[in-house]
Amino acid sequence: MTAILLQFAHILLVVALAPLVTGWVRLVKARLNGRCGPSPFQPYRDLYRLLQKEAVIAHSASWIFRAAPYVTFAAVWLAACIVPTFTTDLLLAPAADLIALVALLGLARFWTALAGMDVGTAFGGLGSSREMLIASLAEPAMLMVTFSLSLLSGSTSAAHIAAFVLSGGIGLSVSLGLALAAMVMVAIAENGRIPIDNPATHLELTMVHEAMVLEYSGRHLAMIEAAGMVRLTLFMALIGCLFMPWGMARPGADLAEIAIGLGAFLGKTFALGTVLALFETSIAKMRVFRYADFLGGALLLALLATIFHYVSEAV
Amino acid sequence: MWGNITLLEFLSLGREVPASRPWPRFVLDGKSWRQLVERMDAAEWVLLAEWGEPDEVHAALRDEETGDIAIASRSSPDRRFFAIGQVRPGAVRMERAIRDLWGLAPEGLEDQRPWLDHGRWGSRHPLASSPAPAAAEPYRYKFLAAEGDQLHQIPVGPVHAGIIEPGHFRFHAQGETVVRLEERLGYVHKGIVAAMTGKPVADAARIAARISGDSTVAYSLAFARAVEAALGCEAPPRAHWLRALMAEIERIANHLFDIGAICNDAAFAIMLSHMGVLRERLLKATESLFGHRFAMDRIVPGGVAVDIDEAGVEALRHVMRDVGKGFKKATALYHETPSLLDRTNGTGIVHGALAHRFGAGGFVGRASSRGHDARRVPGYAPYYTLDFMVPVRAEGDVNARIEVRIEEVRASLGLIEQILARLPDGPVRMALPSGAGEGIALVEGFRGEVIVWVRVSEAGTVTQVHAHDPSWFQWPLLEAAIEGNIVADFPLCNKSFNCSYSGHDL
Repeated sequence: MTAILLQFAHILLVVALAPLVTGWVRLVKARLNGRCGPSPFQPYRDLYRLLQKEAVIAHSASWIFRAAPYVTFAAVWLAACIVPTFTTDLLLAPAADLIALVALLGLARFWTALAGMDVGTAFGGLGSSREMLIASLAEPAMLMVTFSLSLLSGSTSAAHIAAFVLSGGIGLSVSLGLALAAMVMVAIAENGRIPIDNPATHLELTMVHEAMVLEYSGRHLAMIEAAGMVRLTLFMALIGCLFMPWGMARPGADLAEIAIGLGAFLGKTFALGTVLALFETSIAKMRVFRYADFLGGALLLALLATIFHYVSEAV
Repeated sequence: MWGNITLLEFLSLGREVPASRPWPRFVLDGKSWRQLVERMDAAEWVLLAEWGEPDEVHAALRDEETGDIAIASRSSPDRRFFAIGQVRPGAVRMERAIRDLWGLAPEGLEDQRPWLDHGRWGSRHPLASSPAPAAAEPYRYKFLAAEGDQLHQIPVGPVHAGIIEPGHFRFHAQGETVVRLEERLGYVHKGIVAAMTGKPVADAARIAARISGDSTVAYSLAFARAVEAALGCEAPPRAHWLRALMAEIERIANHLFDIGAICNDAAFAIMLSHMGVLRERLLKATESLFGHRFAMDRIVPGGVAVDIDEAGVEALRHVMRDVGKGFKKATALYHETPSLLDRTNGTGIVHGALAHRFGAGGFVGRASSRGHDARRVPGYAPYYTLDFMVPVRAEGDVNARIEVRIEEVRASLGLIEQILARLPDGPVRMALPSGAGEGIALVEGFRGEVIVWVRVSEAGTVTQVHAHDPSWFQWPLLEAAIEGNIVADFPLCNKSFNCSYSGHDL
């Protein structure tokens, strides 16, 4: 019963919190750039405004274009449902693991890329092709991280890995560190952050994610934007639960422990948001043909994590 | 057949026009104009500008060996002229524009497409003595083709997402690699020449100040100097120094913002913030000193419209010290950010040979080893007595253009220090004498050589005028710079050029 309640609380929390996390990152970036910046609650207003506006749809758009925002949002939200945030006691935890997570994110990406090409504009095609380039490099790296973590913990389920780390089964491990580095790099690519993509740019020719969704407006754009915000929160939660699950409530926890879990989750998320803003301010975007180096590096780190695991076992 | 002959020797075959100052103008007939063009193929004669008037084409030239400047004119009652574009590729677009505006046909030009005229004006050849009726419908512009496997086109603009001027860019790309870029401009046509013609000099000066907003001081200065040359007078010494002060502030302000904007296009926004703060300090100082943030309309024919006092000098000195300190920190940040340098180094290379071929000036030319600066050659007051360096680099990439701008900012900071220390006393404005004549002036704007040629009547009105923007010779190089680069690097290249749309579309 608690698992059901906690699962519902979790589902709502992720969606409710996502715009604030995005707003927080924007605010910190603005402050670092010497600007006042908008309130961290601005993304809520933006989403509300977009929902009020009419959706303008190109004549050449097919049903794919209309369906894609909903499919994307649904897939990302579902993915967020299986990543534990403040408790490992989730109803859906046994149902899906990290491999399913990769698949759900891939599904969302696939639909966005399809929608980018659907209208037939040059920018949409450009964005889709770049997105697929990134996907083909980021997904193997993400799977590799999953494998090395499952080798460590004996499970591919995020909740199990978190519980395993929490129980002190791993301790300080080189593998875990390498996997964390790889995961952070994948997260940057998946969320279209600097140095892979610049979410704040107005230059169509340099866009990746934004180029695919240039044609969207109104409620469709709201869904796409919300999906992006949930994805960012999802990855922060994922990094939090896999690599620093401290404070998370475990099955059979009482209210106080759940409250601690919640506080720990919020603290971790906003701390990660601050780190992201710092990182993005201190680095320029890389050239498109360097993506392979960056994500190849992520794959390599994840691979090393696996190898080190075997090495340390052998020793 | 001519042996080694200088530009002036050659032009003296034609008829010299009286009262053309400070450099002579010669009218050539069809045959000698043709010989001039053929001779330019081999000679070191640089084309500075080319423009028209009803039934006449003018070309301002400079002999690189002797340093002489002269204007060659081809009176063309048959409404055609032998195109200089055949030997100077930089002239092609100017000659296409000459046909659009004055209806004079460039003979022998391979590219016969219109340039500024999109077929949407109220009449064709609006500046000809008898304009032709308007086109029935807008022209279908034929972009140059690129053929091959897996090529695709990316049309960008004319309306862009940022707050920039309108222009259309047609890319032919193979995947991410640009095979060909072609620009199409002419979306900001304002009828400047027609608006200035017939106006009293003072009114025309106000229009000249608005040709390209970011270079308002440079254009005002060039126009004022051209008028003063036409009337054979010289502004008071203090006016020259105040003009140079405004011009250097404008140069610094534009370079600061562009350096920041280039970095911002590589998603390194903090550089734009730093530079924006510094630029704002400058603009505020300009406003309190001259009464306008960009010192628009503060340079007038005969002198300058405002004077500054000792307190103003001291305040500006203080601001410049701060700006200098802040700039030092910001450039250190640029040099210490490898991810940024990785984007700017080796991107958008313009080869020196090409820069010379097109006669590109400003930081675009100087980053590609063409070290011309109008403040040095031909030079004008007060720069003869000031000590400054003109940075030149050979790499020709985005980084070189940034480095040249950084060096130019430093040089301008030094210039302002000297100007403030040595500002002479005296009047800042004189009444213009009456008289008629033609005058031409070359001044160094932040983009390069701004040239204004003007003919003034006895009544004190402008009868013919032309303003040449340095962008005429820089826009074509942008097409060359991006070739073989990736599509995503275009904004970076474009910003490193930052050519004027408005200035070259009168």
